[in-house]
Amino acid sequence: MGSRQREISVSEFFTKNRHLLGFDNPRKALLTCVKEAVDNALDACEEAGILPDVTVQLEVVATGSSAAPPVSQATRFRITVTDNGPGIVRQQIPRIFAKLLYGSKFHRLRMSRGQQGIGISAAGMYGQLTTGKPVKIISRTGPKASAHYFEVQIDTKKNEPLVHENKQISWDRPQGTQVAIEVEGRYQKGRASVDEYLEQTSIANPHVRLIYRTPEGETKEYPRTYHELPPSPKEIKPHPYGIEFGMLLKMLHEAKSQTLSSFVSSEFCRVTPALADEMCKAAKVSPKARPRDIRGAIAETLYQTIQATKIMAPPTNCLSPIGEKAILSGLYKQIKGEFYTAVSRPPSVYRGNPFIIEAGLAFGRAPDGATKPEKPAMPLAEGEQEEGDSELARVIRYANRVPLLYQQSSCATFKAVLATTWRNYGIAQSRGALPAGPMVIFVHIASVWVPFTSESKEAIAEYDEIHKEITLALRECGRRLGLFLRRRERAASEFRRRNIFELYIEEVVEACNRLKGGKLPTQKLKAQLQKIASSRTGGIKTDETLGKTSAGPEGLPHSIIVTAEGIEGEVPPKLEVSRAVATAIEIPDGVVIKEKQPFSKPGRRQTSKTRPTKSATGKAAAVPSFPRKGFSLLRHAGAVRTSRKAHLTRQKK
Amino acid sequence: MAKTKQTKHETVEKKLIGLADLVITAAQRAKDPTMAIPIRALSNVTFNERKGLLEMGKKKQARSFFNVGMAKKFMQTMLVADALSELQRAELTTSLREIYYRTKHTIQDSHENTFDTQDESDPIIEDLEVSLVALREELHVRAENGGSVVGPLVLGDDGDRVDCAKLGKGGYSVPSIVEPEYVEIRRCTADFVLLVEKGTQWNRLSEDKFWRRYNCVLLTGNGQPPRGVRRLARRLHEEYRLPVYVLVDNDPWGYYIYSVVKQGSINLAFESQRMAIPKAKFIGLSSADPGRYELPRNVGIKLNEKDIARAKELLNYQWFQKPAWQAEIKRMLASGLKYELDALANKDFQYLTKKYLPRKLKEKDWLD
Repeated sequence: MGSRQREISVSEFFTKNRHLLGFDNPRKALLTCVKEAVDNALDACEEAGILPDVTVQLEVVATGSSAAPPVSQATRFRITVTDNGPGIVRQQIPRIFAKLLYGSKFHRLRMSRGQQGIGISAAGMYGQLTTGKPVKIISRTGPKASAHYFEVQIDTKKNEPLVHENKQISWDRPQGTQVAIEVEGRYQKGRASVDEYLEQTSIANPHVRLIYRTPEGETKEYPRTYHELPPSPKEIKPHPYGIEFGMLLKMLHEAKSQTLSSFVSSEFCRVTPALADEMCKAAKVSPKARPRDIRGAIAETLYQTIQATKIMAPPTNCLSPIGEKAILSGLYKQIKGEFYTAVSRPPSVYRGNPFIIEAGLAFGRAPDGATKPEKPAMPLAEGEQEEGDSELARVIRYANRVPLLYQQSSCATFKAVLATTWRNYGIAQSRGALPAGPMVIFVHIASVWVPFTSESKEAIAEYDEIHKEITLALRECGRRLGLFLRRRERAASEFRRRNIFELYIEEVVEACNRLKGGKLPTQKLKAQLQKIASSRTGGIKTDETLGKTSAGPEGLPHSIIVTAEGIEGEVPPKLEVSRAVATAIEIPDGVVIKEKQPFSKPGRRQTSKTRPTKSATGKAAAVPSFPRKGFSLLRHAGAVRTSRKAHLTRQKK
Repeated sequence: MAKTKQTKHETVEKKLIGLADLVITAAQRAKDPTMAIPIRALSNVTFNERKGLLEMGKKKQARSFFNVGMAKKFMQTMLVADALSELQRAELTTSLREIYYRTKHTIQDSHENTFDTQDESDPIIEDLEVSLVALREELHVRAENGGSVVGPLVLGDDGDRVDCAKLGKGGYSVPSIVEPEYVEIRRCTADFVLLVEKGTQWNRLSEDKFWRRYNCVLLTGNGQPPRGVRRLARRLHEEYRLPVYVLVDNDPWGYYIYSVVKQGSINLAFESQRMAIPKAKFIGLSSADPGRYELPRNVGIKLNEKDIARAKELLNYQWFQKPAWQAEIKRMLASGLKYELDALANKDFQYLTKKYLPRKLKEKDWLD
């Protein structure tokens, strides 16, 4: 029996349990391979401070001697991902791509897409397993260095790389890395497809330029809309609250420090020498004791004391949130809607790991009717009804900027979306279901250690702290959406009111005319009635409120983006747009939602309202104009300054 | 007679044109055009005990144009008024449904129809009847020919002589307008009028020539009797002093049909003056009849929730307060059963003709 017991290598283990890493079925496997390669490319570029420029190419590979099958039938694909990153030094290449659990990211606490160092080598192993082909890598560290070409495979027994080919070649790129893997897979569009993954990646990473060559031979380009690299996150030491007892024992054993006090203060973040001494005292251990000697009951007391001591929350410069502006620009770029908003929560901590939740929301349909010609207006017959549609919202989830495409329903973000009472914000929602409406909900968690429910990184575990933060972010988005919807509803209903009278005046006048035997001065009666109608619906003021000059179907502008900076209508979000620029494009009252300001100040809002512009009616067609009165709802204390500025600019002209 | 018709036309048309004037004057004075429409609901109906009639109260409802909730109705009212005046000028009569189609169109530059269903136009016609104090006949709107008559009765209709004793089993179809200008009663030798709720039972009586043996006029309205039938019964009652007996199913709806014939309906209380027959008698089916005529319990039908609720409503109506009526309704509620007239066929196909009605008439077994 004993002779049959032997060591299992990690590689062997994962060969048999490939579903743990996201290789359950051919379609998902293809996605996982693309995902791992792209994540690595982006991480590498960002770490080196380079704006990523990534090309993804999928090609069908013919099996055996037969010609390549059509894309939908194909079972074998070559994935090629090329980046403009820093490249990899020659010696490291084999181990990075052909050794599991080898990486730079596992042992440090710093936000990055990859965590364990399994991803790309697992993808290579999967390719090796299903097609027998090695992973092909080209890498060049700079224009002066030469490019290296490698073909590597993994020795699954030893978990060591096998190098098949290693030569210098000439490459047309000055620097970067190219990985090519041949795998068995299936290409299908739709939910959880490679296309969706890349689209969502581009939403959360607007600083990335992404080129995608589909197996059908199409080229899709996701342009860069945000020209700033996200701030590089700092590496941090673990926080004492996030450490388990066994981990502490191991750290004590491996400690390089001479005294316990210096060990505690140097190995953990937020522990000052004074605090370390205090903790030692509380645990009744000498601060001078050698860390290696602390074990057993004493270690346990120490652990409990540490956990009981009040320690400052970990620093958050290890995190690099996407940022509200970048989320807005990502959403605006990829999703057609009428209303966009984004919220970045302040950092919070679960189990000693700092994290930040960001949420975004895009609402509405593509306003340009060009894509779908409107049905000609047909009067409805008795019993006929307009078709209503009950589209549900779409949730897009991200962890450290990586889209999560599987296991939606077991993810903390999804559960938080369900648990939010969207009805409070004017959105229909059935019990236990997603809110209904043309809406995309974006949720991002940034953390040094994202708590996934499994190795394949598909769903986020539901820690209370995380759930709470997501809920708060979603509520804020919901509130803003609610304001937008109410304002729009109000403007629309006033317009409708006026419209009703105008519509019916015609009918009433005609009926009167016929009753009077056709001898009525109809135009006069009509004018008189219209005058009453307009005076009863608020006169000229209403016209202004409605922004009648706009081309929108209800006198409303098409697209509105509510940002921390202002509202933009039909203007692509140039992120360089500062307040000055915003004024220059003449946004009427410079409506602003000031970040992190409570929304419940109706009194303030009323007072901050600036006077209605007199010239608004009729002439200002070139100006992207909005129903001003409605917008005042969204206006805040912070708006006063901007709006005055806008006013001054206009006067100067 | 032609003269009276003519003047009536003129007054009704004037009243309709008055609505246009209302809009024009309001517009000139920059006021909201508003018409006052009497309320047609129980809250605005009183029971005149002395006359035995339901009378309409004085409560009115304003319908103004510049009110989002009423604008459409106002517009619709004007359209219907226009259509009605067109009828007046052309001297045509029409149906409710035709008015609906005549006034239905899509409002210019919109997806909206002036009327979506007939349910929207029917109440407006009733509104106009009430507020203009014009009868439906005067507005030239007719309901469907909903009833039949046989018996020793000679009528003149459009100059034709109609002898209701010589029209076989089917009888004469009562037009919806039976005002003297339209239908003339030339001769009537009957002793009483029997108004039957159900067409099926009327057929039975007509086939058995019940009217010949008992010398009566047989009338039916196929359910809730339409205006024509009620008005004809009223004219026979008034002009020929004939007693009117009502034969209905034994259920709350039957009771209410009887009460409509007798006192008038809530919705059209303003017409009671002309339609109601305060001396009409309820001949059956009474809740006491199953016992008296030994109808087996198994031909009854269990009262459902709606029946019970309706019966309780009836108990509260002022015109059902007579002790005999309270007893009648409470007896039905106590038994928990209702009986159809057709159930009498359980004993014999001709039980109604040969046993039930003769005995009722002989015993003078009816409720007032």
